[in-house]
Amino acid sequence: MPPDRAPGPKLRAEQLFADYGGAPVVKDLTAEIPAGEITAIVGANASGKSTLLRALARLLRPSKGAVYLDGADICGLPTRSVAARLGLLSQSPRAPDGVLVEDLVRRGRYPHQRLFGQWSKTDGQAVERALNLTGLAELRGRAVDELSGGQRQRAWIAMALAQDAPMMLLDEPTTFLDIAHQVEMLDLLARLNRTENRTVVMVLHDLNQACRYASHIIALAGGRIEAAGRPSEVVTAELIERVFGLRVSVISCPVTGTPLCIPYRHNY
Amino acid sequence: MTRTAGLCTASAAGILALAVVGLIVGDFPVPAREAIATAVWDRGSEFDFVINSLRFPRVVVAVLAGICLAVSGALFQALIDNPLVSPDIIGIDTGAAAFAVAVLAVGLDTRWLPYAAFAGAVGTAGLIFVLSWRRGFSGGRLVLVGIGVNALLTAVITYLLVRFPIERVSAAARWQAGTLSSSSWGDARTLAIGLAVLVPAAFLLIRRLRVMQLGDDMATALGVGLEPSRLAVITVGCGLAAAAVGVVGPLGFVALLVPHVARALAGALSGGVLLLTALLGAVMLLSADLVAQRLFAPTVLPAGVVTAAMGGPYLLFVLRRFNRAA
Amino acid sequence: MSLPFAGALMIYLGFLSLRYGVLHIDVATVWDAVWNYDRSDQGQVVVRELRVPRTVIGMLAGAGFAVAGALTQGVTRNPLGAPGILGTNAGAAFAVVTAIYSAGITTPAGYVWFAFAGALGATVLVYLVASAGVGGPTPVKLALAGAVISALLGSWTAALLLLDLETLDQARFWLAGSISGRGTEEVELLLPVVAIALIVALSMGRQVNALSLGEEVATGLGQRTALVRATAGLCVVALAGSAVAMAGPVAFVGLAVPHIVRAVAGPDYRWIILYSALLGPCMLLGADIVGRLIISPAELQVGIVSAAVGAPFLIYLVRGAKLAQL
Repeated sequence: MPPDRAPGPKLRAEQLFADYGGAPVVKDLTAEIPAGEITAIVGANASGKSTLLRALARLLRPSKGAVYLDGADICGLPTRSVAARLGLLSQSPRAPDGVLVEDLVRRGRYPHQRLFGQWSKTDGQAVERALNLTGLAELRGRAVDELSGGQRQRAWIAMALAQDAPMMLLDEPTTFLDIAHQVEMLDLLARLNRTENRTVVMVLHDLNQACRYASHIIALAGGRIEAAGRPSEVVTAELIERVFGLRVSVISCPVTGTPLCIPYRHNY
Repeated sequence: MTRTAGLCTASAAGILALAVVGLIVGDFPVPAREAIATAVWDRGSEFDFVINSLRFPRVVVAVLAGICLAVSGALFQALIDNPLVSPDIIGIDTGAAAFAVAVLAVGLDTRWLPYAAFAGAVGTAGLIFVLSWRRGFSGGRLVLVGIGVNALLTAVITYLLVRFPIERVSAAARWQAGTLSSSSWGDARTLAIGLAVLVPAAFLLIRRLRVMQLGDDMATALGVGLEPSRLAVITVGCGLAAAAVGVVGPLGFVALLVPHVARALAGALSGGVLLLTALLGAVMLLSADLVAQRLFAPTVLPAGVVTAAMGGPYLLFVLRRFNRAA
Repeated sequence: MSLPFAGALMIYLGFLSLRYGVLHIDVATVWDAVWNYDRSDQGQVVVRELRVPRTVIGMLAGAGFAVAGALTQGVTRNPLGAPGILGTNAGAAFAVVTAIYSAGITTPAGYVWFAFAGALGATVLVYLVASAGVGGPTPVKLALAGAVISALLGSWTAALLLLDLETLDQARFWLAGSISGRGTEEVELLLPVVAIALIVALSMGRQVNALSLGEEVATGLGQRTALVRATAGLCVVALAGSAVAMAGPVAFVGLAVPHIVRAVAGPDYRWIILYSALLGPCMLLGADIVGRLIISPAELQVGIVSAAVGAPFLIYLVRGAKLAQL
């Protein structure tokens, strides 16, 4: 049952300030997440990428400003109703000891279950679909901690898919994966976006991967938005110099035609 | 799933078998047929007193207290994501013991014991809550605060043990080891009431706990309100421990050990695994009490000494599992 | 706080410890008791026969606990590393009670080696359990392993105490942690051990500084980390074991003193160890003097007083920002 999800939930940050009990990490930030697209948040270390994602996912309460989900302040919404619209994959999550792949994925159905409700047919179908989409149907009986890094990450994606939220937020989904698994992971997300019309928002370290997979880029510097828009329009040598303090030459990728940044040597 | 169901059936059968053995054996053996008859329908039997006033309530208390302790341990271990956590480690039992020892040491009537112990357990749990609350709960902080509270209460008990005459102190020491030897139908009723409320609550919390085990971020993302859920789990876990400790004393290691065994047999936490945990708790306490009664008969050990003795192999088991995980 | 001040404080508290108790003794008599001893003066006899050994033991045990705590915290990079938390006390208690029960040993001097061996065994076991598995001995894992093994040994101890009223009566005062009623015999036995271990510990500051940056960094700085760890471990066991053997299971001196020291002396372990050796005696003697006066003419054991002060301190520490992310 590939659902028709257009146009998807609207997520927006308005004059957002966020901190971890000290100086603000995100300052006066206003951004809109385009529905049905893949958005990549990029920036230097400590530029506020993960903080922004955490605030968007209501894991961090803003000190000022607000995040709006379909027009309502996300912190005021019942957490279950947010969970039905917004899935999350945090950075390197840890599975409980000995948990099996299928059991992990089933736990993603939590927001759809009522206190006394039974495991329903819909629940079962969602889990099957998530396992199939991530190619884990064969591995469902294996323990998560016995899987390879790439398989484990896919198991977590499958869990987030079973949640059946039209929008997914991911914090550096490719960390600790080798280059082949990174591409596999990003291809999977692109496919989910294309075939299921799911909105994807992710923090990415690799600028070129961001340009290649995202249709919308948010570049942060010092907790503020430096630029936002289509990669082909906003990614310029000048922007990269401002965001990362690095001089690059931007060429067109010979494979995809998206912008490709080639750094010059650093002059000390 | 079928594996869990099979294990549960086997455990239930084990409970029945052990219960029958518990009715039969003792300083005054009763033939099996008469024992069952007396317990179930034959009120006029010559064994009525031995069976219905001594052994039957004791068996029932062992089953109920075992369930309470094991389920409580499973809740705490899932909440704090550490296989070494249990209510006795973080001071709940010591709180009960401090109050109970105070009752014994100052020479109050022993009928106040269960109430004092229950009050002590609940009070200690409250104290640990309050002290570990700091912009929300954290499992690690709860454990460490609990260990501190435990030490403080241990000092109180030590003080009482040093201050008062040896006869009273020895009664207190006996109670402190955890024993089922004076269990009555009243005790069974107290436990049954606690169980009827708290065990269903524990099962309702399982779904939440399964999600909370994925980490705070993932749990929030899946729509679990963390603080209320933690408070609920801790309340139910402490309530179960308090009910059991009030009746049988601070009986160690059932809460720590049983959830582990259940997990090793049936896998990660689920409703079925929790049911297995509850049943295995009853099995463990029933068998520990039988061993305690018969091992050095006619000298009767407190059941807590036997469960503690089982703690040694358990530690080796944990060590082995950890090493394999590494 | 300067070093001379810490030294002066220790001497002053030692002096108070000679003067105050059930019998308050004036300065001149104390002076005479030490320098011109006259056996016919009752006050001088009290000072010489009771309070001098008590004070010396308080100083040695205080320094032993505190330096052992400082070394443990540095080497394990763990703010909760301390002998009491790591099962040392429970191990010593179990060994001593076993000795009383099975070998009929009744004098504190006779306990010494049992306490020592028990402390050693339990500490090694706790460290092994806690360092198994992923992540090595983290604060929570160490504290939990210590709590679990303490609980295990504690219930075995309780079982022995239950089997025999005589043993309970003998042991309960030692178990409370006390430095009264000790002779000079223990001092003669253990002084060399404590002295050597203290000298080695004081000379290890630089190595501990490097290790406290982490195993890799220390190796990178050219240190033979295994050797340093082993030496530090030996010192800890010798110091904590001697201290427990002399004073019984006194909780929290080893935990609290290094933290207080860090507040006055900064993060350099050369100074932390030195100050701990001076302030440990201050805390133990201070607690002992309070215990003598607070319910006079009766006495409160030093172990009870230090737990009553130390447990709140532990909770304060756990609530502090440094451990908040546990």
